[in-house]
Amino acid sequence: MTLDDKKRVLREMVLHRRFEERCYQAYIERKIGGFLHLYPGQEACCNGVMEAARPGHDYVITGYRDHVHAIKCGTDPKVVMAELYGKETGCSKGRGGSMHIFDVAHRFMGGYALVGGPFPLAAGIAKGIQLKGGDEIAICFLGDAANNQGVFHETLNMAKVWNLPVLFVCENNQYGIGTAIHRSTAVLDQFKRACAYNIEAAQCDGQDIDVVYAHAKTAVDYVRSGKGPYFLELMTYRYRGHSMSDSRGYRSREEEEEWKQRDPLNILRDRLISAGALTMDEFTQIEKSTDDYIESEVIKFAEESPEPNVTDLEKYVLA
Amino acid sequence: MAEIMYWEAIQRAHDEEMARDPLVICMGEDIGVAGGTYKATKGLYEKYGEKRVMDTPISEGGYTGLGIGASFLGIRPIIEIMSVNFAWLAMDQMFNSAAKVRYMSGGQLTAPCVFRSAGGTAHQLGAQHSARMEKVFMGIAGLRVVTPSNPKQAYGLLKSAIRSDDPVFINEHELMYNMKGEVPDEEYFHPLEGSEIARSGNDVTLFGYNISVHWCLKAAEILDKQYGISAEVVDLYSLAPLDRAGIKKSVCKTHRAVIAEEDEAPVGVGSEVIAILNEECFFDLDAAPVRVHSALVPQPYNHKLEMAAIPDHEDVVNAVLKLFGKA
Ligand SMILES: Cc1ncc(C[n+]2csc(CCOP(=O)(O)OP(=O)(O)O)c2C)c(N)n1
Repeated sequence: MTLDDKKRVLREMVLHRRFEERCYQAYIERKIGGFLHLYPGQEACCNGVMEAARPGHDYVITGYRDHVHAIKCGTDPKVVMAELYGKETGCSKGRGGSMHIFDVAHRFMGGYALVGGPFPLAAGIAKGIQLKGGDEIAICFLGDAANNQGVFHETLNMAKVWNLPVLFVCENNQYGIGTAIHRSTAVLDQFKRACAYNIEAAQCDGQDIDVVYAHAKTAVDYVRSGKGPYFLELMTYRYRGHSMSDSRGYRSREEEEEWKQRDPLNILRDRLISAGALTMDEFTQIEKSTDDYIESEVIKFAEESPEPNVTDLEKYVLA
Repeated sequence: MAEIMYWEAIQRAHDEEMARDPLVICMGEDIGVAGGTYKATKGLYEKYGEKRVMDTPISEGGYTGLGIGASFLGIRPIIEIMSVNFAWLAMDQMFNSAAKVRYMSGGQLTAPCVFRSAGGTAHQLGAQHSARMEKVFMGIAGLRVVTPSNPKQAYGLLKSAIRSDDPVFINEHELMYNMKGEVPDEEYFHPLEGSEIARSGNDVTLFGYNISVHWCLKAAEILDKQYGISAEVVDLYSLAPLDRAGIKKSVCKTHRAVIAEEDEAPVGVGSEVIAILNEECFFDLDAAPVRVHSALVPQPYNHKLEMAAIPDHEDVVNAVLKLFGKA
C-alpha cells in the first residue's frame, strides 16, 4: 500500500468506527431494533484483507457482525443504515436487519445469523467461481468460536479436496459471546486446525493493518492463482460487548484497556503522522467531517426513508 | 405461593433437581460463567461447578449428541439450546438418536435427557432468530414435547421432564422469561401429558399453548364483555402427545373451536387439533374449526411487517366472531 492508499484506508476506518458508534446511539434511541453486533476494535481485519483483495469483485460472505464488511465491499453506508432502521430503502429492503445485510451488486453475499452457517456457502460460491471460470475468489469472514461447528470441518475438507478458490478469514477476538476461547476450544491457535485438512494457513496480528495486509496479500495471491483454499487467522479484539445486552462481566476492564493500547486506527494514524503524511489536525478534521457525513447524509437518509408496505409482507418469499 | 418469574421458575427446578441428584447436569452455550442468555441457569455454575454446569462450544450437533450419549449411562442432562433456530443443527441427534434409541434397541437403552429451547418472535430479531418449530418436534415418535405457558408449568414441567425416562423437548418462548406467576412453595410436578382448562366457558373453545394461551385468555375476556360470548380456553401444554380426550371433551361441550398458534399453519398444532376434532367429534361441531396462525414468511426484521406476520388476541377475537357470523 502506498501512503495515499493508507490515508484513504484510514479515512475508511474512521468511517467504519464512527458508523458503528452511531449505530450504538441509534439503538439506544430505539431507532434500531433486534440484535446489534458492533465491530469497533476489529477494523484492521476487514480493511487489511479487502485491500489485498478486490472489493466489489471478489465475493464476500460473513456472520452477523456484518455492517463494515458490506461497506468495505462498496455498499453505500446510507442503505446499510436504512436497513438497520428497517426501511424499504435498506439494502435488504428492511426485511433483513443488522444480522442480514446483503448487497449482491457489490458481491457482498450476506451476513448470516447462525454461527458457522456461511462456511459451506463460501465454499459453494468458490465452486461456482471455479465452474464459471472467473478470476474472483470467495472470502469468508467468521469469528473464532464458529470454528467449533461441525460445518467448519466439513467445509475445510471439501474445500481442499476440490481445491476451491476460497479464503477463510478467522477474526479471532478471543470470545464467543461470554465464553473465552480457552474455555471452549482445545486448540487456541485457529490456523493450526486448518493444517489438519492440508490447507495453507497463517496467523498474524489483526490490529496492525500493514501486517494484516501483507499476510492477506500472500493469501489472496495464493488463492487467486488457483492453488486452492487458504486460512488466515487475525488476532484481534472487540471493544464492545457481543451484542447490546452484554455487560461484559466475563472479562476484565484491564484486559480491554490493554487491547485499546493497540487500537488499529491509532496504529495507522501514528504511522502516517511519523511518515509526515498526516497531521493530528488533519486527523481530527477527518473525524469531524465523517461525523458530519454520517449525520447529514446517512442518518438523514435512514430517518426520511419510507417503511415497507404491510401489503408486501409475502413479497420475497418465493420467486 | 410466591410470585416469581418464568426464568426463575426454570432456574429453581434446575437447582432443586441438581441438589437432589448428582447425576443431573446441565449444558449449553454461555449457561455457566455467563449465567445463561435468559438467566435460566443463573448461579448454578458457582454452586455445582464446571463438571456439572457445562459451558459448551458453539457446536449444537456435537454437544447435544454428547448429552444424549451421557444419558445412555443414566446421566440426566438438561441440554439448553439458546434458540430453537439453532436446534436445527441438533435435530439429527435429537431425532435420529435420542428419539429412536429406545425402540431400535428393543428397550435396552433410553435417553432420559431434557432439551430446553426458546422459540418465537421476539423483537425484530429477523428471520434466523425467530423460528417456531413446535410442528417439527411434535411429529417425532419417541420424543415428548411440552410447552409451558406460565411459571408454574415452567417449574413443574421441567421437574417432571428431568425425572422422566423419555427424552423431553421443552419449548419456551423468548418473550415469556420475565412473565410473573404463582408457583407453589412446596415441590411440584406437572404431568407431562394432558391439557389444562385455563378458563371455562360454554360457547366456543379456544385452544392455545405457550404464548398463544395468553392471546386466548385476553380474547375470551373481550368476547365475554363485548359480545356476550362465553369462551373456554384450553391450554395444550403437551404437544406430543396431544391430549385427544381433553380436546374432545371441551369441544363436545362448546361445539365450536378456534386454535391459536404462533407457528405457521401448514402441518402445525392447528391442523393436528382439527384432525382430532374430525376424528373424535365431527357431529358435535356447529361450525368448521378455525386456525389462527402466522403468515408463511421468514420473519421480517421491520417491526410493522413483523407484527403483520404474527397473530395476536385480536385475530382470535375476529376468528370467533366469524364463527358466530358476527364479522
Ligand atoms: C448456530 C448458532 N448457535 C449459537 C448462536 C448464538 N451466538 C451468536 S454469536 C455467538 C458467538 C460467536 O462467536 P464468534 O464465532 O467467535 O464470533 P464473534 O461474535 O466473536 O465475532 C453465539 C454463540 C447462533 N447465532 N447460531
